[in-house]
Amino acid sequence: MLSAWFPTSVSTYGGQIDYVINLIFYVTAFWFVLVTAVLLFFVIRYRRRAGVPAAFVQGETGREVAWILVPAFLVLVCDLGIDAAGGRAWEAVKGPPPPAALTVQVMGSQFVWKFTYPGPDGRFGAGNDLKEDSLHVPLGQVVRLELQSEDVIHDFFVPDMRLKQDVIPGRTITAWFQATKPGTYEIACSQLCGPAHFDMRGELVVQTESEYQAWLKQERAAASAKTAASALPDRAQKG
Amino acid sequence: MEAQAASALPAAPARHGAEAGFWRKYVFSTDHKVIAKQYLAIGLLMSVIGGFTAYLIRVELAWPGKPVMGWGSIAPGPYLGLVTMHGTIMVFFVAMPILLGAFGNFLIPLMIGAEDMAFPRINMLSVWTLVVASVLLLASFFVPGGAAAAGWTGYPPLSDVPSYTGGFWGLNLWLLALALEFSAFLMGGVNFITTAINLRTPGMTLWRMPLLVWLEITASALFLISVGPLVAGALMLLVDRIAGTGFYNPARGGDPLLWQHLFWFFGHPEVYVIALPGFGIMQEILPVFSRKPVFAYRTIVYSTIIAGFLSLVVWAHHMFISGMDPRLATPFSIMTILISIPFSIMVFAMIATLWRGSISFETPMLFTLGALSSFLVGGVTGIFLGSQTADIYLHDSYFVVAHFHYTLFPIVFFGGFAGIYFWYPKMFGRMLDERLGKIHFVLTFIFFNLTFIPLFFAGFAGAPRRIYYPFGYDFLKPLQPLHVLSTIGAVALLAGQLPFVVNFFLSMLRGQEAPDNPWHANTLEWTVASPPPHPNFPSPPTVVRGPYDYSLPGAAEDWVPQNRRLRTLAGA
Repeated sequence: MLSAWFPTSVSTYGGQIDYVINLIFYVTAFWFVLVTAVLLFFVIRYRRRAGVPAAFVQGETGREVAWILVPAFLVLVCDLGIDAAGGRAWEAVKGPPPPAALTVQVMGSQFVWKFTYPGPDGRFGAGNDLKEDSLHVPLGQVVRLELQSEDVIHDFFVPDMRLKQDVIPGRTITAWFQATKPGTYEIACSQLCGPAHFDMRGELVVQTESEYQAWLKQERAAASAKTAASALPDRAQKG
Repeated sequence: MEAQAASALPAAPARHGAEAGFWRKYVFSTDHKVIAKQYLAIGLLMSVIGGFTAYLIRVELAWPGKPVMGWGSIAPGPYLGLVTMHGTIMVFFVAMPILLGAFGNFLIPLMIGAEDMAFPRINMLSVWTLVVASVLLLASFFVPGGAAAAGWTGYPPLSDVPSYTGGFWGLNLWLLALALEFSAFLMGGVNFITTAINLRTPGMTLWRMPLLVWLEITASALFLISVGPLVAGALMLLVDRIAGTGFYNPARGGDPLLWQHLFWFFGHPEVYVIALPGFGIMQEILPVFSRKPVFAYRTIVYSTIIAGFLSLVVWAHHMFISGMDPRLATPFSIMTILISIPFSIMVFAMIATLWRGSISFETPMLFTLGALSSFLVGGVTGIFLGSQTADIYLHDSYFVVAHFHYTLFPIVFFGGFAGIYFWYPKMFGRMLDERLGKIHFVLTFIFFNLTFIPLFFAGFAGAPRRIYYPFGYDFLKPLQPLHVLSTIGAVALLAGQLPFVVNFFLSMLRGQEAPDNPWHANTLEWTVASPPPHPNFPSPPTVVRGPYDYSLPGAAEDWVPQNRRLRTLAGA
């Protein structure tokens, strides 16, 4: 019933998160319907009628208090079930990430996302990093994100991936995901970050391995052509 | 022994107040009943402004970027100012003044048989501190750069560095207003607790105190424990902004997460500071209109205290995805979900009070039942957000907005209205009109649900809150009908308050004169005239029984005031 409202999950752990949300939905819906039904029943059944006095019940004896303590104990059992399911999924999603095939640095600032890919040797800061405006990742690979902010707190949210993580200036926060379906997905900022917070949209493109490699090659070529081109007029001016 | 304390303590200014002039009697009064009405006036006035901000926000969200009828276009910056001020006004300047300030002040001394608060002058100081805070807060709408626009939670560095929001004085005034508001309720809280502990009339043992008194002082204790760090935190934020310190600014070696810990260490108990007095009102009204004792009085008191303690150790559930160490999430999640136990005990007890009762449906009872049934939705949806895993997806979404409106609206407005309809006769000496009251209830109940149910679904679809213009995102476009529906509900909900406004003012002039005890209730405030004379009791009453002896076997009527001895039981 709920899943109709959710964007289809396209990450390996999305299903685990959806499972917990659904579990909580069914448990709480059960209690809500039950309690509301009892409330309604009492309100109708015990409405004031001439000649029918109220009973003097204080609920102080053990037997009487059991009427509320036993249901409360059943609530506790449900709570512990939810805790267990939630704890397991949390460990899988936010616990130590699996080894990553690709690491991308994500920089949030008012009001854009920027992405930095390592050079061909897989290392950052060697002068051949690739700067991008959208995030391209290969299908089925574990992608590690190093999230940073230049100014205020942002939040890196990809609804379809069930990935949401605050990004705090002064720290590097890692997050990860593994996409299960190719496509273009939206990245939203989900933490109020200033007047144009609503406009801080990014794009995530999941491609098959070969498409991704082709894109990477093309971008690297374009980047080096661009550096060459920007270097030229410089020299011309000086000359 | 307590009676001596009651008469020896500061009754002097209150007694003289009876013959004082206009200013001392109505403006700078030390009478707790006048101060209660002042708090009520502040809360109701601020709720008009808070309601108007809600109107502007909702219309903007339904038709983004279009001019709002009665106002004009709203730019993104001012829109966030409205969102920030709406939250701040409703939580700190409506909920607290009405539920703590008005009902706590009016009822605690009357219910325990005292002449006034323990510290009447501090009581006056606290209400006037709140007036100054309100003026500062409202002034912030008119300063250059507009009102504070960093959300009611004011997370730094957004709130820390003026250039990030574009306004300077708005946020400074917001911080000053909050610090003053906190001070006002600190003084109020000390007063509540001292009064309830020291000024009880003979026979009013702790276990004979009405639940409202228990819940008001538990709320005050929570407030006293939790607010200190945030007052310090707010001042640190203020000096960051105006003196260039860097407590929260990473560029100067500070840590933004520090604020979140300080804010939520206060912010979560704050929910209970508001919720407990709301529950207290409901607990007083349910037995009266069921003609039955409160079910499990002692268990409710213990549950309240347990819930209070738990509320102090769950703050990080607001921070699951904040970047704090993920290993902290699971313990905080477990503690949070455990809060459902004391709260379900309280809710089950309220329902058990109805069992085998003789229930009638006057307006106070309707609002109480409305509060109970709506709060259930707020309670169960809290489990989603208390779960660290579900929160990954639902955090900062419209699900959160719907959830906290389903907890706070039932408590503050349904509960507050229930209290107003119930105690108005005692406060103003006249009855409110029942028919207008019932119309008010039906409109409020229907349109409250229409306003907030759609937002749960927007949240399930992933819609983040505080989004001024959603059409930039493909995944938000199909959700727009939900916003239109919610806005229709909100506008009708606001219009539905008109019967109350008419009733409130008209009844003050033309309402039927209220007898001492119109609802046939047991607690001490109903044993004195409506409105109560000054000082409250001709002589300190002697309490001989608990507050909820309704339908007591052997009694002539189905109510027995707390100070009345029964002939049949006199020997026992």
